[in-house]
Amino acid sequence: MGILANRDTRVLVQGLTGREGTFHSEAMLAYGTQVVGGVTPGKGGTTHLGVPVFDTVSEAAAQTGAVASCIFVPAPFAAQAVCEAADAGLQLVVCITEGIPVGDMVRAVAYAQARGTRLIGPNCPGLLTAGEAKIGIIPGHIAKPGRVGVVSRSGTLTYEIVDALTKAGLGLTTCAGIGGDPVLGTRFADVLPLFEADPATEAVVMIGEIGGSDEEDAAAVIATMTTPVVAFISGRSAPEGKRMGHAGAIVSGGKGTAQSKVDALGAVGVPVPETAPEVIALLRERL
Amino acid sequence: MKIHEYQAKQLLSRYAVPLPEGEVASTPDEVAAIAARLARPCVVKAQVHAGGRGKAGGVKLARDVAEARAAGEAILGMTIKGLVVEKVLVEEAIDIAAEYYLGITLDRARRCNVLIISAAGGIDIEEVAASTPEKVLREPIDPAFGLQPFQVTKVLCQAGVPAGSQRAATAIVMALSKAYGEIDASLAEINPLVLCGDGRVVAADAKINLDDSAQFRHPEWSAWADDAEEDPIEAEAHRRGLQYVRLSAENLRGSAPAIAIIGNGAGLVMGTLDEVSRVGRPFGVGPANFLDLGGGARSEVVRQALEVVLLNPDVRGVFLNIFGGITRCDEVAKGLLDAAEHVDLKLPLVVRLTGTNEEAGRALLAEDGRFQPFVEFSAAAEAIVQAVAAG
Repeated sequence: MGILANRDTRVLVQGLTGREGTFHSEAMLAYGTQVVGGVTPGKGGTTHLGVPVFDTVSEAAAQTGAVASCIFVPAPFAAQAVCEAADAGLQLVVCITEGIPVGDMVRAVAYAQARGTRLIGPNCPGLLTAGEAKIGIIPGHIAKPGRVGVVSRSGTLTYEIVDALTKAGLGLTTCAGIGGDPVLGTRFADVLPLFEADPATEAVVMIGEIGGSDEEDAAAVIATMTTPVVAFISGRSAPEGKRMGHAGAIVSGGKGTAQSKVDALGAVGVPVPETAPEVIALLRERL
Repeated sequence: MKIHEYQAKQLLSRYAVPLPEGEVASTPDEVAAIAARLARPCVVKAQVHAGGRGKAGGVKLARDVAEARAAGEAILGMTIKGLVVEKVLVEEAIDIAAEYYLGITLDRARRCNVLIISAAGGIDIEEVAASTPEKVLREPIDPAFGLQPFQVTKVLCQAGVPAGSQRAATAIVMALSKAYGEIDASLAEINPLVLCGDGRVVAADAKINLDDSAQFRHPEWSAWADDAEEDPIEAEAHRRGLQYVRLSAENLRGSAPAIAIIGNGAGLVMGTLDEVSRVGRPFGVGPANFLDLGGGARSEVVRQALEVVLLNPDVRGVFLNIFGGITRCDEVAKGLLDAAEHVDLKLPLVVRLTGTNEEAGRALLAEDGRFQPFVEFSAAAEAIVQAVAAG
C-alpha cells in the first residue's frame, strides 16, 4: 500500500533526455517505476533509456496510457510544463525543478487545480513508495518497506529521517517530499488525510520548516486523525529576514517562526522533538 | 532582491504612477542643484535597504537650497543599521491631506497575491496588522483574472478614500498590480499613498522586492544588485554561486558564531544549525553560517565552500555534514582532500559522511589519514562543539 504512487503508476518524464532527467529516470526505472515515456519537444519519435520520446504530453499520454508525470524541465519553462501536463489530463504531476518564479507557480497551481490535477512540488524530491515505485529523486536504497509515512518540505533532511526509520527497523510506506517553495501544489493538510486512509501507514512523520503557516494548518487536520503523528521542524535557530536556502524558508514580519509551529502542533498533541533519534523513540511509543 | 526607493519609483513611473518630482544624488553639490531646480521646499531621503530611515535621521525636510545641501551633507555617508548611505533621493515636499498604505504581496496560505489597503498609512503595516487588524483590508487577486476594478473600489470605499480621489487612486492601484506581475515583484508597496492638499494623489514612498527566481527574464536587475549592501562574505559566496547566510551573535541568543556549517540540502543545513545551536549552547558556541552545497555537488564546490566559510574571522571550527542522496560521498571526500591541499586549515574540522558511495568516500579519507569521518549526525555535532569549546 502507501499513497499517491505505486508499482502500477504509469509515469512520463518531462525533460527525460536532459542530464538530470536521464540520471534520475534511470534510477526510477531501476527502482521498478513504470516509466513509460518521455517528453522533449523536438525529440518526438526517438527512444531514450528504452522508452519512447514524444513532442507533447498529450500525445505521450494518449500513446502510453500514462497517468502521472515527473518534471525535470529547467526553471524558465517548468511552470508551462506543469500546465501542459494538467491540460493533457494527467492525474498526478511531480515537479522536481527548483527556482521557478513564484508568479509562474501561482498561475500554474490555479491551472492544475481547475483541471483536477494533483501537483506535488515544485522544488521537491518527489514521491517514493517503499519497494514499489518512486517518482522523483529520493534515493531508493535508503528506504525499506514498513509502517511509517513521511511527508516533508525538505529534501536531504527527509532522507535523514527515512534512513533512521530503516535503521530502526520501522520502515516506510510512502515518503512524500512536497517541496520547499512558498507556493506548493500539495501541502501537509492535503497529504495527511491520505495517510490517515492508508491501512498500511500506522504512524506519520511530518517534517516542516520555518516560513508560512502550512504546519499550523496541518495541526487542524491532525486534530481529526487517529493515525499518530510526530513532527520535526527545522530552522529553530534561523534569524528573522534571512532566507535559509529554500525560497519558502524565511521568517518575516514575525510570522512563520519555528516556535509558532511547535506551539500549534503541541496544542493538538503532536510532539516536536529537536533531534532525529528522538523522532524514532517517539514513534516507537506510538506504534 | 531588495531595490532602493528611487529604483522602485523609476519602475512605477513606467506604469504612469504619479510621483513627487525629484532626482537621486550622490554628493551634496548634486543635492543643492536638484533643490535649486525644484525651487520649492524639498525632502532629502537616504537610499538604504533598511526600515526606520526617518527615525535614524535619514530623512530631512529642507526649505531652501542651503538647507538641502546641509541635509545632503548630513545624510550622505551616515550609517543606518550598519549600512552606509551612498545616495539620497531629493524630492519636492508634498502637502499631505490624507495618507494610506497600499501594497501587493503573496498570500502563501491562499496561494494567490493579495491587495492590502489601510487608512493607517505612513507607518509600519506589520505593526498596524498586529495591533489593529481590522484597519488592514485584504483583497485576494484571482490568478486567472487578475485584480478587478470593482475590488479596488470596494476596498477604497472601506478605507475611507474620499469619492473625489477614488478615480485617481483606482488608477494607481491597478497600475501597481500590473507592475507587480510584469516585473516579478514579491512585494510592491506604496506607503504612504498621499492625497495632497491640491487634490493630487501621489506615491510618496515606494518599496519593491523582486523575486530572485525571475532574474533570468530581467537582465536589467544585475545592475541593481547592490553588493555594497550585503555582508562582504555573503557577496563573495554569491559571486561563487554558493547559498550562504552569515549569522551573528545577535542571531544566536548569546552564543558565539564559531562553527562554520557546510552541508548538502537546505533542510539538512538548517537542521545542522539547530543541532549545533542546541549542543553548543552550554559552551557558548553556535553556528557561524548556513552554507548549502546543493544537490550533486562536485569536489570543486566543496573546496570553494571551505574557502568561503573560512573568510569569516569568527570561525573556530568547521562542520561538514553530508547525507549523500544525489550527492556522492566520494566526490565530497575528494573535494575535502583537494581543499586541504590548497587551504591552510589550522582549525578543527569534523566531517560526517553517510549515504550514496559512503564506503568509497570514507576509504579515501582513511587512506589520507587527516580526517576521521563520522557516520552519525549527533555524534559529529558533539565532536565539533567539543573541539571548538576546548580550543
